[in-house]
Amino acid sequence: MSILEEKQLSVAAIKDGTVIDHLTTRSATRLAEVMRLHRYKKTVTLGLNLPSRSMGMKDLIKIEGFELSQREADQIALFSPQATIIIIRDFKVVKKQKVKMPTEVKNILHCANPKCITNFEPVRTHFYVERFGQSVELTCRFCEKRCLHDTV
Amino acid sequence: MGNDFNKKDILSLKELDRDQIEHLLERAAEYKKEMPTDILQGKVLANCFFEPSTRTRLSFDVAMQRLGGTTVGFSSDRGLSVQKGETLHDTMKIMGQMADVIVLRHPLEGAARVAADATETVVINAGDGSNEHPTQTLLDLFSIQECQGKIDGLNIVFAGDLKHSRTIHSLIYALRYFDCRLFFVSPPELCLSDEICDLLRTFSMPFSFHTNIEEVMHKADILYVTRMQKERFSDAEQYERLKKSYRINTRMLECARKNLKILHPLPRQSEIALEVDESAFSYYFIQAENGVYIRSALLAMVLGL
Repeated sequence: MSILEEKQLSVAAIKDGTVIDHLTTRSATRLAEVMRLHRYKKTVTLGLNLPSRSMGMKDLIKIEGFELSQREADQIALFSPQATIIIIRDFKVVKKQKVKMPTEVKNILHCANPKCITNFEPVRTHFYVERFGQSVELTCRFCEKRCLHDTV
Repeated sequence: MGNDFNKKDILSLKELDRDQIEHLLERAAEYKKEMPTDILQGKVLANCFFEPSTRTRLSFDVAMQRLGGTTVGFSSDRGLSVQKGETLHDTMKIMGQMADVIVLRHPLEGAARVAADATETVVINAGDGSNEHPTQTLLDLFSIQECQGKIDGLNIVFAGDLKHSRTIHSLIYALRYFDCRLFFVSPPELCLSDEICDLLRTFSMPFSFHTNIEEVMHKADILYVTRMQKERFSDAEQYERLKKSYRINTRMLECARKNLKILHPLPRQSEIALEVDESAFSYYFIQAENGVYIRSALLAMVLGL
């Protein structure tokens, strides 16, 4: 069985919604949690360790009946810079594009600094994003601490 | 020169450029020669100190009063609505409705930014945890300029607890605008963090590390000493051992340049011997007094004068 056929078997098509494809392995569960996908009250399917021609193995997320905004989609780049966002309408791909690294991230990550005010007061978190080669560094707008993205 | 401090929140040294810093130092020098009276008559400063402070709070008080304004405020969170669960955002919004300028000290890092988001009134950060204390750095720069007549071209030696000192971290940030050679003297356990070292490299600032202050004393124009911060040590034995590892005395100063001045953000513990106070090298008490002038200049400028 080809990789393509196997993929079609393991990932059923959706009528309308968003597919987040080409996620690096081990990023789908974290992404679902950080993006609080459960709040949309829609069917969300996670595919873990799926075969991929370009990546060997990959993760994938399908959200039925909901289209991610560009801003939401770009935040995925923090976790998986090579991810692809596919918008599906009536079983057809109407939009397919790579995520772009955002310059700022608001209200989806927590600051890793235990003394940061955002961990004590109801404040919308806000990070500035900088990319250094393969690593992504975030600076908290409030406490000004810098950290790698996988620590926040 | 225009006043680009007008209505500007002073939250972090990172948001000031060299021109702005020099403009402020010039104004502070003018005020030290002759303090204007009554220029802030009718203006109210709210000193909001959620943590103890001696010099910072009093110098803001004195600065405002000498300029003709009045101060209100608190020096701990006792008796405040915060204890009933009020957020910092709400407290600051309300203070902003009552005052023309807010001076905030808070134990949590980033608190000053939250305050500035909450109100249109100018917020001056007087220390948010171990993050920033910009007016301390500005008065340090003012003192360096005053005692040496310049900042560019100086050899500056930092000695003490370099790892935990917010004051030193902020001053390094400000010195990136000036052409200075930096020497860092500390026990290995209290060395500068890798993050600050990376910054120094990013700013292309020449620096070196030393464990013995006598290696560099003869080169120093400024010796900036900080105290060992007991509250930051989890190991009491390590604190006691390191505390004794450096102490500036007059014998060590025998090889110093004549123009050397010693600065210290105070409070001092045992890191500078009392005998040094009487020497021509000590400048730390003048440095503390300079807090009034730099804060007077800042208050006048953020209030549009």
